[in-house]
Amino acid sequence: MNFEFSEEQQMLRDSLSRFLRDKYDFEERQKIIASDDGWSREKWNQFAEMGLMAAAFPEDYDGFGGTSVDLMVIMEEFGKGLVVEPYLPTVVLSGGLLLETGGDKAKELIPAIASGELVMGFGFAEPHSRFDLFHVDTKAAKQRTDYILSGRKAVVFAAPIADKLIVSARTSGSNRDTDGISLFLLDTNTDGVRIDGYPTIDGLRAGDVYLDNVKIPAVNMIGEEGKALPTIEKIIDKAIVALSAEAMGVCRKMCELTSEYCRAREQFGQPISKFQVLQHTMVDMFIHTEEMTSMAFMAAMKTDANGHDKAAASSAKVQLGKSCKFVGESAIQLHGGMGITEEMAVGHYFMHSTMMESLFGNSDYHLKRYQTATGLRE
Amino acid sequence: MDLAFSAKDETFRREVIDFLDENWPAEYRGRKRDFTRENYIDWHKKLHAKGWAAPAWPAEYGGTDWTPTQKYIFGQEMANAETFPSLAFNTSMVGPVIYTFGSAAQKQRFLPQTLACDIWWCQGYSEPGSGSDLASLRTKAVREGDHYIVNGSKTWTTLAQHADWIFCLVRTDPDVKKQQGISFLLIDMKTPGVTVRPIITLGGDHEVNEVFLEDVKVPVENRIGEENQGWTYAKFLLLHERSNIAGVHQSRRYLKRLKDVAADQELSGSGPKLMDDPDFSRKVSEIEIDLTALEFTELRALSNEEAGKGPGAESSILKIRGTELQQRISHLAVEVAGYYAMPFQRNQGHNEYPAGPEHSVHAAARYFNGRKTSIYGGTNEIQRNIIAKAILGL
Ligand SMILES: Cc1cc2nc3c(=O)[nH]c(=O)nc-3n(C[C@H](O)[C@H](O)[C@H](O)COP(=O)(O)OP(=O)(O)OC[C@H]3O[C@@H](n4cnc5c(N)ncnc54)[C@H](O)[C@@H]3O)c2cc1C
Repeated sequence: MNFEFSEEQQMLRDSLSRFLRDKYDFEERQKIIASDDGWSREKWNQFAEMGLMAAAFPEDYDGFGGTSVDLMVIMEEFGKGLVVEPYLPTVVLSGGLLLETGGDKAKELIPAIASGELVMGFGFAEPHSRFDLFHVDTKAAKQRTDYILSGRKAVVFAAPIADKLIVSARTSGSNRDTDGISLFLLDTNTDGVRIDGYPTIDGLRAGDVYLDNVKIPAVNMIGEEGKALPTIEKIIDKAIVALSAEAMGVCRKMCELTSEYCRAREQFGQPISKFQVLQHTMVDMFIHTEEMTSMAFMAAMKTDANGHDKAAASSAKVQLGKSCKFVGESAIQLHGGMGITEEMAVGHYFMHSTMMESLFGNSDYHLKRYQTATGLRE
Repeated sequence: MDLAFSAKDETFRREVIDFLDENWPAEYRGRKRDFTRENYIDWHKKLHAKGWAAPAWPAEYGGTDWTPTQKYIFGQEMANAETFPSLAFNTSMVGPVIYTFGSAAQKQRFLPQTLACDIWWCQGYSEPGSGSDLASLRTKAVREGDHYIVNGSKTWTTLAQHADWIFCLVRTDPDVKKQQGISFLLIDMKTPGVTVRPIITLGGDHEVNEVFLEDVKVPVENRIGEENQGWTYAKFLLLHERSNIAGVHQSRRYLKRLKDVAADQELSGSGPKLMDDPDFSRKVSEIEIDLTALEFTELRALSNEEAGKGPGAESSILKIRGTELQQRISHLAVEVAGYYAMPFQRNQGHNEYPAGPEHSVHAAARYFNGRKTSIYGGTNEIQRNIIAKAILGL
């Protein structure tokens, strides 16, 4: 057993942490999210130069990593810095799908992701799917050497700023079938694609993607026709593992900000950190953060060991729901009125942690999925 | 002991329902946010015209002589119709202070306008350095002839941007025990030296403000009661402020809406609905049961009040549980909305608006904004301190 990071991982962690502290403080982040596009191409390029994108891929694809532990190192720091650049949708989700499906498209596009050139998003949810990945109403009909796509993808992260998207679409069956789902790669400027973009409440960019008879060459189908669901599940689980690491960073930061604030804030002639009831709340926040950290490690290590581990991903996600809610709500409460002002960083961590609770399925969903994975439920 | 409503109560309920039906403006229905100053005043005036702006006030000042049961029914039907109440600063805060402690001249000058909402009041208690420890406040009022000269700053002042007058706690004697040197002043916001600066809260709302007071001249006749006795009046007001804080009816109403949405919302595909999910429905039922416990705690408190034991430390129980339940419900709304809780949308005409279903649009913003309820009006930690001390004698 070994919970130490490798030397390379430790170096990456240190340099990223330093970079974010020096170049990506809260003020800078607020400037970025208030800009027209809501992200910084400059920061993105710097991340690429630091090797953060390449760290997500194996050497065959110009990368130098690709394990879940590699991703964990990066995502934890992104969580602490509340980074908004589209790493999760581009590198973890889209890059992950390309890597998993392999072939020419992977060879062509992964190096472009690894170099920071390409920004991508993955549309898996639909207006009526709730959290079920198999619920796909979007249709893809074969027409000679093309597919014609029609439907709507909901809340696709990075869609308004992406160059390319991957979307799930149905090549056969109906929306309750697990078979018949395929993955398609498309340029966001293809005829018939309309992206209705918006900021999310926690400062990211996303959009609903409307596909109206979009013609896509058959070579842009990645993976096997009709057999995409296991691939999608595997990559979403990988993203959940990455998100858990981000959550551990977010929770850690909320603990720090809260202790700092309570030490400095005085009421009744003493720092409020001296009130035992607040101390106990901060202790419970700390315990929730430690549990989140443990589960993020667990999920990353099991995923690396087993390739794909549904129970590990779902249990980490259930922990995330619990930790983010408790730590976030307590952090605000202990800040008093200051906690709900836009000018304090803590509220922004709280908003992001709340949105993480439902991203890729909320706790109720993953509790059941865990039960299925461990044989308690069909 | 008796739970049934009398025939007279039912007639009264009918009257309330009919009134709300006719008077709660159609264009406000279904709207949760973004009400304007005019909207608030307009509705307050409609209630006032009916004599219902301040049911809790004594009849001689324009209140009602309703029984507690009637007040209960009124609250319930207001919530069912999803109206907002009359302006709380006026009717539950400063009004009762004025009719209880004000001079005859002050009552005459302020009560009718307060009741009719011809004055919009705001509450100037908290300061940057004085939140939970309110009595440590430092805004200074120095007597100069017939005036006080006031200097200092107030913060978290809700809707000060709409207000005509502010009721303020100020320090008039810095040399005594902190609770003993405070006075209660009524200040016209148009007086030179008063400035209001917005504080923007999570979700982008402008609901609270900083209020700066710089050499503000306030006539001595605008002081309530005696100099240096302001803390007594302030505490009296806080008890009134808290007495309506449980919000049982509003919570039931919001939960009912969520149930309707969940009963209709696909859990996946054309299969079961969200309400069929046992994990979800369990949360709904638990909240309902907790609401019932809160409701009956409130009813017991009301009947105590009727027996002449005015609102006491028990109101802290209602504040704690009431706000916790409001917060649980607003979190549940975020769960119901799923991915569509995420888009941050203001209706600006250019986008496909809203992206998701109507119920999802403000779910997250309401949840974030609702964190305030366990902070304002005395934080829930402070309420627990009050119960520990005043009820349990610890
Ligand atoms: C949306 C909103 C609207 C408001 N509107 C108004 C208004 O219109 N007028 C007005 O005057 N004020 C208003 N307030 C202010 C409100 O009353 C204060 O925020 C509240 O009293 C808490 O003070 P604080 O924010 O300074 O927090 P602090 O007092 O600094 O508290 C920070 C944390 O310390 C805890 N704490 C403090 N003392 C103790 C203790 N002794 N034991 C245990 N825990 C303790 C608190 O519970 C809290 O968790 C409003 C506040 C909000 C958020």
